[in-house]
Amino acid sequence: MAEVPEPTHRRRSHAGTRDLERYAGLFAERTGVMRSSAMRDLMAITARPEVISLAGGLPDTSTFPPQSFAAQMTRIAQESAAKALQYGPTEGFEETKDCILEVMGAEGMLPDPDDIIVTTGGQQAIDLVCKTLIDPGDVVICEAPTYPGAIPTLCSYQADVVQVECDEDGMQVELLEQLLDDLRAQGRRPKFIYSVPSFQNPAGVTMSLERRRRLVELARSQELLVVEDNPYGLLRYGGEPMPPLYQLDGGDFVIYLGTFSKILSPGIRLGWAVAPPPVMEKIVLGKQAADLCTSTLTQYFVREYFAERRWQRYVDDLVEIYRRRRDVMVEALRDNFPAEATWTEPEGGLFIWATLPDYIDTSDLLAKALRADVAFVPGQAAYVDGRGSHSMRLNFSGVNEDEIREGVRRIGKVIAEQVELYGALTGERPLPEPRQEAAPNVVPFRKAGEA
Amino acid sequence: MKVAVLKGGRSLERGVSLRSGARVEDALGRLGHEVLPIDVGADLVKRLVAERPDLAFVAMHGVGGEDGTVQELLEILGIPFTGPSAAACARCMDKVQAKDAIEDAQREEPSGLKTPHWFAFNQTAFREFGAADALGRLEETLGFPLVVKPSRGGSSLGVRFARSAGEVPQALVSAFSYDDRVLLERFVDGRELAVSILGDQPLPIVEAILLEGDRYDFEARYEIGRTRFDVPADLTPEEERAVTEAALGTYRALGCTGFARIDLILGEDGPWLLEANAIPGLTDTSLLPQAAEAAGLSFEELVERILDLALTPQGVS
Repeated sequence: MAEVPEPTHRRRSHAGTRDLERYAGLFAERTGVMRSSAMRDLMAITARPEVISLAGGLPDTSTFPPQSFAAQMTRIAQESAAKALQYGPTEGFEETKDCILEVMGAEGMLPDPDDIIVTTGGQQAIDLVCKTLIDPGDVVICEAPTYPGAIPTLCSYQADVVQVECDEDGMQVELLEQLLDDLRAQGRRPKFIYSVPSFQNPAGVTMSLERRRRLVELARSQELLVVEDNPYGLLRYGGEPMPPLYQLDGGDFVIYLGTFSKILSPGIRLGWAVAPPPVMEKIVLGKQAADLCTSTLTQYFVREYFAERRWQRYVDDLVEIYRRRRDVMVEALRDNFPAEATWTEPEGGLFIWATLPDYIDTSDLLAKALRADVAFVPGQAAYVDGRGSHSMRLNFSGVNEDEIREGVRRIGKVIAEQVELYGALTGERPLPEPRQEAAPNVVPFRKAGEA
Repeated sequence: MKVAVLKGGRSLERGVSLRSGARVEDALGRLGHEVLPIDVGADLVKRLVAERPDLAFVAMHGVGGEDGTVQELLEILGIPFTGPSAAACARCMDKVQAKDAIEDAQREEPSGLKTPHWFAFNQTAFREFGAADALGRLEETLGFPLVVKPSRGGSSLGVRFARSAGEVPQALVSAFSYDDRVLLERFVDGRELAVSILGDQPLPIVEAILLEGDRYDFEARYEIGRTRFDVPADLTPEEERAVTEAALGTYRALGCTGFARIDLILGEDGPWLLEANAIPGLTDTSLLPQAAEAAGLSFEELVERILDLALTPQGVS
């Protein structure tokens, strides 16, 4: 058991509860929507070493060669110490933008470097877009389920978040059209549509080419902004590459967000946004107010790393590792999850989304799973309105193949116990024998009208 | 004095416990004590034997730390500790045991102490003995909505309201996620009150007032800004007396010493006991520190008083 080290100095005296109340009167209104929950407390346990966590979204950084890391940092220290330790331009270094152009080029995109800003991780890019575009009460549309990390950002800017259901082909753009009509009838216009079209977090699904075209068409005809978040685009393990929305649109109505987190390292906190010049101008001002500039040191690191011209090979290695892990997880799900469960089989990215029978609440299931030393993200985290309580997000990139097998086996066991119990409670006995053959349970979402 | 602060552990309330523990450590440090923080794990006994603290401050919540397990070890090791004894902790933690103890006490000496009518089951009853067939009759007795709770568990985790018979199985599946025994309880409508008791002194009563959402939404209790806590609660002198007496009666019936927090519902027909917390939270926003502060005790004074009580155990009168 990890021990908390003795504090080396005495911590500040805590405020009494009365004092807290005094501060509470000073809090901005938006803090009211920043919520902590009992579930967040549950997640404190996943940090214990004996817990197999399929909850995180962590890339595997263990294969990055330490000697290469050391060589680059040494080179920076010897050749560019003064500059690497200095402030940099708010927009980011041109050299960093060159690296970004390479990464985006690998997916067929050719943005103007002046349209790019280097941010402190992709998360800051989301924050800056929100800061630039959202007034309290503005409608923002995103997918259902959506990236759980986007929800607190959207909420802290007091957006009115509306979610559009996904199916195996990503956001159901037909439903989006309907929603846009409804909103127009109410005299409301969404500030933007947030989408992770490729290997979506959390659902793992990828938007079809037809829907991509339709979405871009809608954006252009109705002059709506689409925010395309594409952290996983290069992590494809099967199927045909899809053009990013940015490429289809040409960058007029699509704001593009990228990151080095999943192809290099999340620890360097480097991401970027690409936006049309008038929007970029405001984003730059917002960035300046937030943190002046992105870490110059890590920008130098990326520059040196890209100069070795091996970044694509490293991504290829990651793709091999993650493909095997995905396959292992899918196989483990077939072997261990009940017949009533469904899950996605993603062609890339880091996540599988599994949906259980209606009577299983995955937040409660998590409590049971934690006692079996395994964790996942309950589906509710991906919705703003409490839906998703029968689903879970499973990560396959952050743990090795044996841990994936064992983790899924443990989750399967606690689910089986609940299925059996529910059967005993209602007289609906579940099928006693496990699944006969590897039936492809890949219907990721219930169709409308199904219970 | 060398004080070991036991915190963390493996319970579902690990997060709250770490916060309670950190705050207690700060206070102990300011009071001039030597602090030994211990995130409780497999080496607990070894560490306690090696470090020989004068006293253990138990800042653990939930299974393992609040159910008498750790207290039993401390009793065996002969280390004085804060809060109720192992036996009292076990009674408080298990809502079924607590309710049984209350009813037993009432049979011996009726004082009007009430706890909502309930039925308890373990999983085996449903899995092997067809207990589901008895549900209809219970539902008739208890009425709707009814409350389904894990017998052992804190922070309202796994507590579900069933508004109709159709919702009961799912609520049971949820509650059984936290414990192998659950209870179905009659729902009592009224004001939610918490009485913290320090030694044998009741502290000012705290009332939890839900600001938005419906009362069946338990998440609301844990989301800052959705519940307001009034200290002292706005009660008539008669109400205050009845609630305080019910809390003290519960405290005694469960054999608590040191401190505890008693949660009650004040219905039209007086107070009803819901549960007793042997080790209530000690974080910035917890109710015991709030109540102490309303009584004029700073957090340091509260901690000092808890230490005194641990070193000179009070008889249960």
